[in-house]
Amino acid sequence: MIKRSIFKSKLLPYLLIGPQILVTAAFFYWPAAQGVVQSMMRSDPFGLHNRFIWFDNFSALFSDPLYLKSIAITLTFSGATALTSISLGLFIAAMANRVFKAKTAIRTLLIWPYAVAPAISGILWLFLLHPSYGIIALAIKRWLGVNWNPVLNGNDALAMVVMASAWKEISYNFVFFLAGMQSIPHSLIEAAAMDGASPFRRFWAITMPLLSPTLFFVTVMNIIYSFFDTFGVIHTVTQGGPGGATNILVYKVYQDGFIGLNLGSSAAQSIVLMTLIIIITVLQFKYVEKKVHYTI
Amino acid sequence: MKIKKGFTVLGLLVLSVFLAGQVLAKPITINWWHAMRSARGKVVNEMIKQFNASQDKYVVVGTNKGNYDETVNAGIAAIRAGKQPHILQSFEVGTQTMMLSGAVYPVYKLMKDMGYNVNWKDYLQPVLSYYMNADGNLMSMPFNSSTPVMYYNVDLFKKIGVGRLSKTQPITWDQLGEICAKLVKAGVQEGMVTAWQSWIQIENYSAIHDLPLATRANGYEGLDCKLTINNPKVVHHIAQLKAWMADKRFFYAGQKYQGPKSEFIAQKAGVYMDSISAIAKLQKAVKDFEWDAAPLPVESWMKKPQNSIIGGASNWVLKGHSKAEYKGVAAFLAFLATNKMQEYWHEHTGYFPITLTAYRDLKAKGYYAKHPYQEVGIHQMTRRDPTKNSRGIRLGYFIQIRNIINEELELVWNGSKTAQAALDSAVKRSNIKLREFEKTYKQ
Repeated sequence: MIKRSIFKSKLLPYLLIGPQILVTAAFFYWPAAQGVVQSMMRSDPFGLHNRFIWFDNFSALFSDPLYLKSIAITLTFSGATALTSISLGLFIAAMANRVFKAKTAIRTLLIWPYAVAPAISGILWLFLLHPSYGIIALAIKRWLGVNWNPVLNGNDALAMVVMASAWKEISYNFVFFLAGMQSIPHSLIEAAAMDGASPFRRFWAITMPLLSPTLFFVTVMNIIYSFFDTFGVIHTVTQGGPGGATNILVYKVYQDGFIGLNLGSSAAQSIVLMTLIIIITVLQFKYVEKKVHYTI
Repeated sequence: MKIKKGFTVLGLLVLSVFLAGQVLAKPITINWWHAMRSARGKVVNEMIKQFNASQDKYVVVGTNKGNYDETVNAGIAAIRAGKQPHILQSFEVGTQTMMLSGAVYPVYKLMKDMGYNVNWKDYLQPVLSYYMNADGNLMSMPFNSSTPVMYYNVDLFKKIGVGRLSKTQPITWDQLGEICAKLVKAGVQEGMVTAWQSWIQIENYSAIHDLPLATRANGYEGLDCKLTINNPKVVHHIAQLKAWMADKRFFYAGQKYQGPKSEFIAQKAGVYMDSISAIAKLQKAVKDFEWDAAPLPVESWMKKPQNSIIGGASNWVLKGHSKAEYKGVAAFLAFLATNKMQEYWHEHTGYFPITLTAYRDLKAKGYYAKHPYQEVGIHQMTRRDPTKNSRGIRLGYFIQIRNIINEELELVWNGSKTAQAALDSAVKRSNIKLREFEKTYKQ
């Protein structure tokens, strides 16, 4: 017999969740609603000239070829960042999982980059890869003769911001993958080894499927990260250049809204971004999650 | 009972402290939000300190609100909340936005209303003209103003047999082309680099050559202006730079100044175009070679080159304060314009002194004999009275337009577009922004 306390009052539950609702409404729903309203306005930065224009801001966005290009860049950028950071995180976790000496020290060191703020990570990579003063850039130019120039070449610039963004996220993924791998029972792997399965086979046939909930979670987090949190990297490394080659959606919102003071268009872009991320998350949960094994 | 009495006493005590505060705190506080940090911030604080010490009626409180964008945004948020400072510093590209904001007390009017009879003729006209409205009235007080010049490596020039350039007479772009070719031939990696490409190679190039950047007198005479930088002369200039890239006479090292500056300091480039505010940076960083400054080059067909235009920021007085406070604002602005302050400002930051008397005074004291670089920019900017094409630029969404120009130029440099196609596209894209801006204010 489970002992239960039952509260008769109908008001109490509302009272109890009240503060949470209030906080959520004040800090999430109210600003989001303001954003929706602003996205249908044409207004000056001081708020003295406002005019309701329905969906003009949106139609202007979608008839702008550069905005469509920015969507494509964002998808490429986040795909590349997520792929790089997940595969490298997984690889390093698989390696670290087999380490026996100085386990804690090695793992701690591997986690460190996650503590670095994106903007600082961007600056670090800039000092390595800027064609005029980057140490690595100057070295590969001199010794390998590679014409590396992210200041001018859009693909180089994109590669550079992908590296800077993925580097940081590798640590995050590493932590989750390592935890996931350690929860896999040793007996399974040992049994497979006794049956003669190679380390590679054991990884694919046992570790991967059992790791799939982690992989799923990490993928969602990485895509959201590369959509929103990479602002600092873009801001410090390329400012969206050259020629708009790294102008991802979230950076464009900042450029048009904060720098350019075009609030209507900027708000419309935020709404588009919000919708996009909702769609991606829903799709991921709907289709990808079906293939995820949650139980052993 | 005792407790109640205690409270009363306490209340009276608090009240008396407050009242005493009211009586003692006679000076009126004037708030100034600015974007001057580090070395410049110290100079600004010193100026404020001297003003506060010079009288006891007002106390100016200077607050750094971050960089230019952040300061403007802080100002906008404050105006929306009705808590605006008395003075807000805003950069030159935000001029149109500030002017149309409806939140500004025009400086010419403020000075007149407060009984100051300012001789505006004594100010550097190309600086004033940037902040005037269409009727020629000054809307904001110029504060920090600079202009671009050309720096060159004297040692490298010697190697190719070119002596020091004149500090007043500009060389032609053709001559610069020859010099750059010789530099490259002599083993220098690159000929020239430029910082701030839109400001220097498009905006200043147009002003110096008396070419309109936009219709309606560069936007001064109406919001219905259109960009005109796809004219044959500017297109030719950009195409020429692109051609120079092929044989390394020109090297693109980024939109801002860091990349180009490091190319010049590392002696990879012999010529470097940047604002006069780079003087201080070069003096600090360059140890192993001699450098000098010269005016920006001019095309050979331009017999009477116009003045270059400014960059920098000005102080805007905001509406919504009392007359007593505005008296203090006017006193402070007048104090900043005195010779002593202008000379101090110029010597410590490299920004122009804004009055001619301050300039002449410095000259009489022999300042420019000791600091010859400083005069190059002043000469270049005051060599002729500004025309409608060279007095300034008044565009809405100018920040985005600069971004657009930067983007399109980069597409020229990396070979994706021809100069004509890129500038056509820049004009088309910018005009969309200009129409949007126009619609915001005309409804």
